[in-house]
Amino acid sequence: MSALAAVFGWLNENLLKMTWLNDLVGALVRDVFGLSLDGRLGSSVQFFIYDVVKIFALLSALIFVISYVQSFFPPERTRKILGRFKGVGANTLGALLGTITPFCSCSSIPLFIGFTSAGLPIGVTFSFLISSPLVDLASVILLASIFNWKIAIAYVVTGLVLAVAGGTAISALKLERYVEPFVYGAHLVDADLPEMTRRARVHFAATAVADIVKRVWPYVLAGVGIGAAIHGWIPEEFVTAVLGSRNPLSVVIATLVGVPMYADIFGTLPIAEALVGKGVQIGTVLAFMMAVTALSLPSLIMLKKVVKTPLLATFFALVVAGILIIGYGFNAFGGALL
Amino acid sequence: MIIKVLGSGCANCKKLEALTRQAVAELGLDAEVIHVTDIADIIVYGVMSTPALVVDEQVKIAGRVPSLAEIKTALG
Repeated sequence: MSALAAVFGWLNENLLKMTWLNDLVGALVRDVFGLSLDGRLGSSVQFFIYDVVKIFALLSALIFVISYVQSFFPPERTRKILGRFKGVGANTLGALLGTITPFCSCSSIPLFIGFTSAGLPIGVTFSFLISSPLVDLASVILLASIFNWKIAIAYVVTGLVLAVAGGTAISALKLERYVEPFVYGAHLVDADLPEMTRRARVHFAATAVADIVKRVWPYVLAGVGIGAAIHGWIPEEFVTAVLGSRNPLSVVIATLVGVPMYADIFGTLPIAEALVGKGVQIGTVLAFMMAVTALSLPSLIMLKKVVKTPLLATFFALVVAGILIIGYGFNAFGGALL
Repeated sequence: MIIKVLGSGCANCKKLEALTRQAVAELGLDAEVIHVTDIADIIVYGVMSTPALVVDEQVKIAGRVPSLAEIKTALG
């Protein structure tokens, strides 16, 4: 048993945290650039190079593997599976499937219509829509690499709980009347998709990596840059004054800053790491990350086409409320996880 | 042969249309390629993730941009 723990620990250190990379970069900064690692410039440069390389390496490997797995779960198949369940069980399954179904926000309308016209309660569809951007397998693993597995699992669990609770609340509030009528009138058909060949799956996974890296690299560089600046330059007192444990509004601020941001989660992870390093509580940091990922302007605009404003507003309010609760909850109890 | 590319105008949908037209040209097929953007027309096929490729009213590929080779197989 302890041998297993030792192996896991080794894998964690070297594949996720990549401490060897940090040391290697440190040597580069100290011996080639001639900067002291204790100084602001040196430590920031070390952090920047190490984090950029680590994030891109992990990102590529993870997205490839996960996309390959996701190719087995197209939304058309998810709809068939979900159609057989009812109640909270259906919401939970919806939330879980939301995490493994590949999903681009341009698909949110056909997906919403597809699920709803198949007779799935809108609560189930919303559980899916909440968990999909929030619980991203690749970012969970990156979270584990930056913090630890307990935090990563806690993030997944609370994200799923938020998705299930939000979806159940929407069903309970009987908000079906706010769905645009044309959605219900849609023709229910099961698209009979031919199975993908292995070559097609590899192409799908490789394209996913290329697409995401292409889309995300400015956010990663910006995020790591901001993280490095926080790491090396911004005084701890300033950060803790605004976002630290003595400010009871820290979670609210973190959420308000995160909600309007449309940035990729990979870009927020280095900022989160730097903030935690400066003494910001884990709940505040998680609230920030959830606010960035769960709600994005493009997907809200898309949803507006199939759902009327009262329902959209309720969805938005529920997710924000959930994030605040999770943020404060983690601040209160999360110390045990670090 | 009637080929329909289903998609609401996002970049991937345009990519699929371009690749499909290229496949048709390279295979020398006598086919019409239509880009369907209206949501109501798309969901009729039971497709939930765009872009999608429909050949003679049969959904061949959905939710991704396949390689040119795979498109040619689907058209063949």
